Amino acid sequence: MSIKYVGRPVDRLDGRDKTTGRARFAAEHDYPDLAHAALVHSTIARGRITAVDADAARAAKGVIEVLTHENAPAMKPPPSRSLLNLSTMVIGTSVNYLATDEVHWNGQPVAVVVAESPEAARHAAGLVRITYEELPAVVDFAAEEPNATPQKGNALMPAAADKGDAEAALAAAAVSVDLRFTTPPHNHNAIEPHATTAVWDGDRLTLHESTQSITWLRSHVAQRFGVPEQNIHVLSPYVGGGFGGKGSVWAGTLLAVLAARATKRPVRLALTRAGVYHTVGGRTPSTQRVALGADSGGKLTALIHTSVARTARVGGGGEQITSASRHLYDSPNIRLRQSLVQLDLISNTFMRAPGESIGTYALESAMDELACELGMDPIELRMLNEPARNPMDGKRFAHRMLREAYEVGAERFGWRERDPRPGSMRDGRWLVGMGVASAYHPAFQLPASVTVRLGADGGVVVRCGLHEIGVGAATVQAQIAADELGVPLESVRVEIGDSELPAGPMAGGSGQTASAAASVLEACRKLRRSALDLARKSPDSPLRGVRDPQARDGGLYQGSRGETYAAILARAGRDHLEAAAGGGMLRFMAKTVRDRRRWVKAASGAHFCEVRVDRDTGEVRVSRWTGVFDVGTVINEKTVASQLRGGIVMGIGLALSEEALVDPRSGRIVNASLADYHVPVHADVPRIDVHCLDEPDPTMPLGLVGVGEVGITGVGAAVANAVRHATGKRVTDLPITLDKLLPL
Amino acid sequence: MTELRMRVNGVTRTLDIEPWVSLLDALRDHLGLTGPKKGCDQGACGACTVLADGVRINACLALAVQYADKEITTIEGIAKGEDGTHPMQEAFVRHDGFQCGYCTSGQICSAVAMLTEHAAGMPSAVTPTTDRIELTDDEIRERMSGNLCRCGAYNGILDAIKDVAAQEAP
Repeated sequence: MSIKYVGRPVDRLDGRDKTTGRARFAAEHDYPDLAHAALVHSTIARGRITAVDADAARAAKGVIEVLTHENAPAMKPPPSRSLLNLSTMVIGTSVNYLATDEVHWNGQPVAVVVAESPEAARHAAGLVRITYEELPAVVDFAAEEPNATPQKGNALMPAAADKGDAEAALAAAAVSVDLRFTTPPHNHNAIEPHATTAVWDGDRLTLHESTQSITWLRSHVAQRFGVPEQNIHVLSPYVGGGFGGKGSVWAGTLLAVLAARATKRPVRLALTRAGVYHTVGGRTPSTQRVALGADSGGKLTALIHTSVARTARVGGGGEQITSASRHLYDSPNIRLRQSLVQLDLISNTFMRAPGESIGTYALESAMDELACELGMDPIELRMLNEPARNPMDGKRFAHRMLREAYEVGAERFGWRERDPRPGSMRDGRWLVGMGVASAYHPAFQLPASVTVRLGADGGVVVRCGLHEIGVGAATVQAQIAADELGVPLESVRVEIGDSELPAGPMAGGSGQTASAAASVLEACRKLRRSALDLARKSPDSPLRGVRDPQARDGGLYQGSRGETYAAILARAGRDHLEAAAGGGMLRFMAKTVRDRRRWVKAASGAHFCEVRVDRDTGEVRVSRWTGVFDVGTVINEKTVASQLRGGIVMGIGLALSEEALVDPRSGRIVNASLADYHVPVHADVPRIDVHCLDEPDPTMPLGLVGVGEVGITGVGAAVANAVRHATGKRVTDLPITLDKLLPL
Repeated sequence: MTELRMRVNGVTRTLDIEPWVSLLDALRDHLGLTGPKKGCDQGACGACTVLADGVRINACLALAVQYADKEITTIEGIAKGEDGTHPMQEAFVRHDGFQCGYCTSGQICSAVAMLTEHAAGMPSAVTPTTDRIELTDDEIRERMSGNLCRCGAYNGILDAIKDVAAQEAP
């Protein structure tokens, strides 16, 4: 392989489509006779519908149908979660919408209005009157927290761990900290609200969908509507942001399909922004305890990390909140526990680094506080406790470069300039603070089916149902294929986002790029082999007798001997060569389990944050950032840096402003809008210096480790630690708003 | 229904719509111009930004009927000349000023109009003066803060805008 494109900051291949408005998203496909749907949401958290008055809505101009549990055709109920049917992993909730009079959360869709225009649908949705019999509901996380029960773990996601006697070691430690942290619920807030355009033709369904999980979504919809999977064509070439929120199948998708079936019209259901909050889950809130004990020199003797999070009676799952505490620090005594409460709210769901993003906030804040107690530099404390092997079980790290990340980061950021005394650094009215924290996220892969086709004209087509949620999915796979086959990038086309293509992995767990890369590499290897075999059949080929040629210049060469693929195919009278790779869940699972027994694989990094805190108002501004990451091989410097920056930006939101407010009486999210739930804006984000160490991970395809989530881990702590340095105040309750800092 | 004519991207279009249809819905649903995006439908995200007589507005907060006599420019019409691209579009690609692409139309339209506003001497919260205002990073950030990007491509967007501003500088 001649490395020509991998590692280069190649411009995105879909850049022109995205900057000219040509890229079409799920709500942007027109059909003759297209109808529009709007949802009616429940206004109670738990109970039964006793009456529906839809007369006014039905009589409103332009209304085609009002579907409620009284008249809607029933979908099949959702199946139970099972590892034998992986599509059950993406079930949003267990509610069979419009087939029941039961209400399970405040905001559950209880009726759908279908109308000739979006305005008519929305207006009529407001005319539907629903009467409820209300039942007592448990919606207040803080109040329910004492009733938490242990989270069930499994081999891939353990929920507890013990090594030695951590409580005893903590009690005996020369220096210790014992902190309680709270983090609020978060919502993804992809700028594209979830949207579905559903078109039935007999028992065949075309679905324009905004999804991170084409294959599993298709399976799930097929099961719910009793049609074969092959009858459903899911198109999702562009997804306007996901962050986990478009990973599962939520009400909007199912109800658009149901409405289209019931009205025999193509139906578009584009959720309102509030509709996204009410029908798509978000990140769980948490309370966490992190207690650390150390000897007087700073060596850890005890690490305790426990968490309480929430799921819902209708679904959701436990998150890996204490996961980083298994891997970051050497300690002879470790105790980890994850617990859950079940609430009458919508299911929680994965949101960028589920568990790890809030878990690292607590762990890395506590490490900083321990450094303060010890009077030690926080980087020095971390390096002193940097493990040679995985602390829990002594497994080897496939790759670990945290030391290098801190060294490089300290230099780039100017850590030396930091005066460790809290409140000592000032710039006029601003208190200046600098903080660090580690980033850590496990590496993950799923099976991916890929075909690669080499045409007689030299053109290459890579086909895989990948999801373009902003990661440059087609661009990076094109770079990989171009290098593997030794062809110009311009000659590679990557087809993605369509269920007719070979099945791609779900875009989750930072695993899409590595998963697809493994199969693209294998298919390209097969293609080179086929091309060589084909060439060597002919006595006229310069490749006759050549055993191991290099792919370059659009063909295969050994030294000066060789020829182009076009010449090989032309001589053989072949139109194209094609190779397939991937699939095979059993083989894949076996390899995953084998790998996990041997290695601990992860992306990691070091965050350096500078904040300025207004000494009068307590306003916190992030003024500088450096992030140095070990994410293995960098395929595309541009897209990788952008994704890591994106994680940091979302982390700045987590640290300073983001919080979904659930009314503890009614269970309603009361700030369900972008005006009231504050995501970072341009003015909140400084220049973010991102550097990747760019050393391949020997156990990953091409040495690459996913970058989608590691960026957000540790960010909350880096900000909190910088605020601690600026003000002397440790904020243990996110977000760090000014009321928690005043008076200064 | 109200019949109205509107100049959109240099072409006069006729619309027959109810008076409550927003300019954004008129463009997307009635004229097939889906470049302007709907992110919140309440003026909080800026994804729907278009130009009305060269001034940036949130099309979701505007009623189409109010804009009958205005020249509307969407991302589809922002390029100079047939088949071309606007320097801002090229700069966004070069500097990776987007990821998913959903806020991008609005960011680009907003950036183009923002540079015009700045050139016309419009002040901002960053610089409390009406004198000639230097287009610093903070100045651009402040003026672009009505356009949210959840992918967090803000650094790339800033670089793209600076690049174009430098090209346009006399």
